[in-house]
Amino acid sequence: MAGEQQQPETELVLLDFWVSPFGQRCRIALAEKGLPYEYSEQDLLGAKSDLLLRSNPVHKKVPVLLHAGRPVCESLAILAYLDEAFPDAAGPALLPSAADPYARARARFWAAYSDRVYEAGTRLWKLKGGEARAKLQARAEIVEVLGNLDAELGEKEFFGGEVFGLVDVALVPFVPWLPSYERYGEFSVEETAPRLAAWARRCAERESVARSLHPPEKVDEFITLLKKVYGIE
Amino acid sequence: MSSQQQPAAPVKLITAFGSPFAHRVEVALTLKGVPYELVVEDLANKSELLLAHNPVHQSVPVLLHSGRAVCESLVIVEYVDEAFHQATAPRILPADPYHRATARFWADFIANKCLRPMWLSMWAEGEAQARFARETKESLGVLDAQLEGKRFFGGDALGFVDLAACTLARWLGVLEEVAGVRLMADGEYPALRRWAKEYVSDEVVRRSLPDRDELAAFFAANKERYRSRVREAVQQQ
Repeated sequence: MAGEQQQPETELVLLDFWVSPFGQRCRIALAEKGLPYEYSEQDLLGAKSDLLLRSNPVHKKVPVLLHAGRPVCESLAILAYLDEAFPDAAGPALLPSAADPYARARARFWAAYSDRVYEAGTRLWKLKGGEARAKLQARAEIVEVLGNLDAELGEKEFFGGEVFGLVDVALVPFVPWLPSYERYGEFSVEETAPRLAAWARRCAERESVARSLHPPEKVDEFITLLKKVYGIE
Repeated sequence: MSSQQQPAAPVKLITAFGSPFAHRVEVALTLKGVPYELVVEDLANKSELLLAHNPVHQSVPVLLHSGRAVCESLVIVEYVDEAFHQATAPRILPADPYHRATARFWADFIANKCLRPMWLSMWAEGEAQARFARETKESLGVLDAQLEGKRFFGGDALGFVDLAACTLARWLGVLEEVAGVRLMADGEYPALRRWAKEYVSDEVVRRSLPDRDELAAFFAANKERYRSRVREAVQQQ
């Protein structure tokens, strides 16, 4: 849907960076909802564009969703916004209906929790060689987080039940990062969280996911690049 | 406290003394006219009730409603806003989707860029402490600018972002005294100071705001524990 002709008053632009899992959350949501938008790749490793700096002056980060020129920042706020601003979109809502506030609360809780995969995973590759204890702690944390997510998923097809919902969209972009985390952290997702591993394979079959995510090899290359940039190891 | 309608089932809030996170929920419940019962935890000795209902984080607050548990204070606040919505009760999050997104953005900013480094700056040492203090002060400056010409973050009435920022209104001042770390010097952040006064004087807020002296005594008693925990956390970064 990226690049389709849009009406200026409803125009959607996504400021993003190719490998950003937070940006991918938005790309997947937009695709699931059938909303056309313009994808705008930002150069984050070089000089940030004026548009990015103006749209997100506080964080200067992607993703930023511009809707008729107004910026929405923070990926989870963007996901909620897409549900709320486009109730008549072709695709289903990400959140359960307003008739079920408890289910909505659960979805918000677990969507926010999914960030922990990235936080703990990042510590695994960012810590320098000598910080063995901190690495062990990061490993313990990611294993615990994946275990909790596995338990929450249970025997359901998706976190949203039969619906590919908020939690699924929030979590799935971290899947291509998992093989790198497994290597740095010396653990196995298949062993730690087998149901989650199966869920990841199911999600990969969805068009919105397949089109938005990059293969693990590309993500791993990017991590290696970042390690050089940060002067790690 | 009166309410137009009794909710279908009683609401319990698992809390602990001095928790600004639980305070957010108490204010939300009061704003919506929802009667509730407090279950006060001793966090050094967590109850089965707490561990059963919040196995993931094992923290307060936890809202128990119709036998179901809702965890994470701002998730609970949104839940309360939705589950107990009535035409006569104020909205905690605004109705307009763009304003809601803006409110969520600022709540996230406050949590990650302000409250987290603020807590660390109170108990950390050396270069790390200086770094956290700098980051917090920068964020306080951003918030101060946001409040320009506004009574509350939410506008004329208290809302979601004010609840997210409540720590800054009462807890920050007490922490500064107990930890001996001054983040808001005299004359700095005038809009934020004015907002803090508005916040703590609010009729609804006052009902669940902990007493300043009791809070100070509580933090003082736990100083060493905070210092050692923060030392650990800094080493893991």
